[in-house]
Amino acid sequence: MQYRFKIAGGDFSNAGTVASSVKKILRQLNINHTVSKRIVIALYEAEVNVVAHAYSGLVEIDIDSEKLRAYIADKGPGIPDIPKAMEEGFSTASPQVREMGFGAGMGLSNMKRNCDILNITSEPGTGTNVEMITYFKPDAR
Amino acid sequence: MTIREIAEKINGRVLCGQKRLSEEIIYAFSSDLMSDVLKVDRENILLITGLVNLQTIRTSEMSDINCIVFARNKKVNSEILSLAEENGMVLIECPHSVFKISGELYIAGIKPLY
Ligand SMILES: Nc1ncnc2c1ncn2[C@@H]1O[C@H](COP(=O)(O)OP(=O)(O)OP(=O)(O)O)[C@@H](O)[C@H]1O
Ligand SMILES: [Mg+2]
Repeated sequence: MQYRFKIAGGDFSNAGTVASSVKKILRQLNINHTVSKRIVIALYEAEVNVVAHAYSGLVEIDIDSEKLRAYIADKGPGIPDIPKAMEEGFSTASPQVREMGFGAGMGLSNMKRNCDILNITSEPGTGTNVEMITYFKPDAR
Repeated sequence: MTIREIAEKINGRVLCGQKRLSEEIIYAFSSDLMSDVLKVDRENILLITGLVNLQTIRTSEMSDINCIVFARNKKVNSEILSLAEENGMVLIECPHSVFKISGELYIAGIKPLY
C-alpha cells in the first residue's frame, strides 16, 4: 500500500497531521502497538522538522507485509553537516519554533532510536531527504 | 490515583474528557519540551505542562498520553480543545505552577518517570 502526503513548511497548526493519519492506518492494519508507536513518533519528528526547518515537503509511505518505509523529501535549506545535526542538543531552530516546544536538538536522534534503518541525504540550499524503514516483527531485519 | 482525584487535589478544572475521570494514573512527567515528551516510553502518563498549543496535543497523541494538566491557567482555545476531544483526551486547567502541581501530586503518590 502506498500513501502520499504534503507538508507545508512553517504551518505549525497542521504539524502532526501526517503522523496522525499514519497512526490511524496502522491501527486499522492491526500493527503491533509497540512497533506502530515507534513509527509514528519517528514520522512525527520528521514531519515537525520539515515544518520547522524547511519550506515544503512530500511524504511517501509504503507498507508491505513486513515493513513500513517512510520517505520524506523537502525543499529547504538542507543540512550542511549531517553528523553534527544528529548530535543531541544541536539545533538551529528559530525562536518561533522554540516557542512551540521544539528546538531542543533531539528529533533526529529520536528518529534514529525509533526506526530500524535511517538514511538522510541533503543538498544544502536545495533540500533534505529522509528515509526510515521499520520492520513489523522486531527481529525481521 | 484517578484522574478525578488528581483534578480535585490540584484545584483543577476539567475541560474535556469527562468519560475518563475514573481512570488510574500512576506516573507523571512535567515538561514544556515536546522533544522530551516524545522520548518517554511509558504510556498512560499524566503530562504537566505550561505549554498550551496544538503541538502539545499532537505530541500527546503520538505519545499515547491521554491526560494533560495545563499550569498557571493558561488559556486553552477552541482549536486545541476540539483536537483534544477528537483524541478522547482529558484536559485540566489549573491555577498553580508546574512546580506546585508536580510537588502536590508527588506527595500524593504519583510516581516520577526518571
Ligand atoms: N528537514 C530539515 N531541513 C533542514 N534542516 C534540518 C531538517 N531537519 C533537521 N535539520 C537541522 O538539524 C538540526 C537538528 O534537528 P533535530 O530534529 O535533531 O532538532 P531540532 O528540530 O532542532 O529540535 P527538536 O527536534 O528537539 O525539537 C535542526 O536544528 C536543523 O538545523
Ligand atoms: Mg526536530
